[in-house]
Amino acid sequence: MKNEIIYTDRQVRRKAIIAFAVFFLMMAAAIAGWVYIKNLPLDNGLLGGVQEPVRKVLTINEAIFKKSLTNNHLAKTYPLSAAVKHPRVNGDIGMGDDFDPASWSLYVIKAGGDTLTLTLADIKKLPKTEIVFDFKCIEGWSQVTHWGGVKFSDFIAAYGLNNESSMKYVGMATPDNEYYVGVDMLSALHPQTLICYEMNGKPLPMNQGFPLRMIIPVKYGIKSIKRMGTMYFDNERPADYWYERGYDYYSGL
Amino acid sequence: MMQLLVKKHPLAIRWFHWINFPVLTLMIWSGFLIYWANGVYKIGFGDTTLIKFFPQKFYDFLHLPQRLGEGMAWHFFFMWLFFINGIFYVLYTAISGEWRALLPDRKSFKEAWLVVLHDLRIRKEAPPQSKYNGAQKIAYTAIIIMGVGSVITGLAIYKPVQFGWLCSLCGGYTFARIIHFALTIGYCLFFIIHIAQVIRAGWKNFQSIVTGFETLPVAMIPDEEKNEELPKNKT
Repeated sequence: MKNEIIYTDRQVRRKAIIAFAVFFLMMAAAIAGWVYIKNLPLDNGLLGGVQEPVRKVLTINEAIFKKSLTNNHLAKTYPLSAAVKHPRVNGDIGMGDDFDPASWSLYVIKAGGDTLTLTLADIKKLPKTEIVFDFKCIEGWSQVTHWGGVKFSDFIAAYGLNNESSMKYVGMATPDNEYYVGVDMLSALHPQTLICYEMNGKPLPMNQGFPLRMIIPVKYGIKSIKRMGTMYFDNERPADYWYERGYDYYSGL
Repeated sequence: MMQLLVKKHPLAIRWFHWINFPVLTLMIWSGFLIYWANGVYKIGFGDTTLIKFFPQKFYDFLHLPQRLGEGMAWHFFFMWLFFINGIFYVLYTAISGEWRALLPDRKSFKEAWLVVLHDLRIRKEAPPQSKYNGAQKIAYTAIIIMGVGSVITGLAIYKPVQFGWLCSLCGGYTFARIIHFALTIGYCLFFIIHIAQVIRAGWKNFQSIVTGFETLPVAMIPDEEKNEELPKNKT
């Protein structure tokens, strides 16, 4: 490689002009590309969402990290003493004051369309599992918290929902349908995923989703729906509150 | 008039540099959109806060509030460009031998000190330098280590269950997030110093990261070199 060559002033100027022309062209192209993508319509209409190319990359990210998540990947667990006394209360969507605990049931819509109607007592009859783990909010904070309930996989086995659990997703919604999430079946069946009715050894407080909520340690908290009213199964992505507002559908950890 | 054209930055390095600039800018911007949702960091002692990350005015000025979802989407979009560009840069410098000009050695630290003294106008003459001076070698190597740190701590907080071991290695989820944030502040400080130095070094130096070469008037070439047959390979 020749590192030093003698040129005339004109030749040097010409070289510099070409280099700068290419430079500005590339920068202009990059900025144009950015402006173009940024101004594309959002994929969930009025609610928001993200631009199509961005969603594509999020879907690729999901494919990559979904593949490598196994049941052996466990969220780190802690001793009981590490759990906070008063876990932070963050979301209240679907937690309206007009909720009547007496009329609550969990409706599980089966593959054939039949509905399983379950009371809290029905859930509590199943083997109980507890977990103390670092609950992670998508906002960036986390808290070591203590939960008790039924493993989702135990629940599926106990009620013979094997046809349902062979589908790709489980959808869940609050009784008033104000809040709703979709979770891929692998994450739902993960051994640490709980259908949860206890916090710190006591029934869930109202603002933590009494009488029944999900605890999904392999997901951000947005997927751990409070006050679950219905559960259904689908091969397509069930509606998801925060997905519609531009968040990643998978939101896995 | 004739000019001696000295090749300085290979084409690949120039591309890596100018791809990284907008990509890292967008990573920092989307990072701030994310950080806003849990903007709790500060520097201080006891009840005294020296620096708050960040005052409300900063958020408002940059229109950061209420855009967590958007920030995450862009962050996990551009992370690939940042990562791939960084990998290629490291591979290129390793294979091409360019690392020799970049990696600091024992002399670099003393030289860097002299550079700082010179920059602060305490010392009159600049220490002699090859392609990069000691301070540059340290800075340009440190920034790569920081980049590696950002990728590792980023992965640790992006997938803390799947990469639980990495998360533990980074001191846990909370601490990994702090490192990730601190590195970002580090890039901003690097940027300020880098720009100041580039302005100081002048146009000739700056244009070489675009054109790849610097020029010297032929009159400045020592006589014995001029007498030899040109072009001459000096490296």
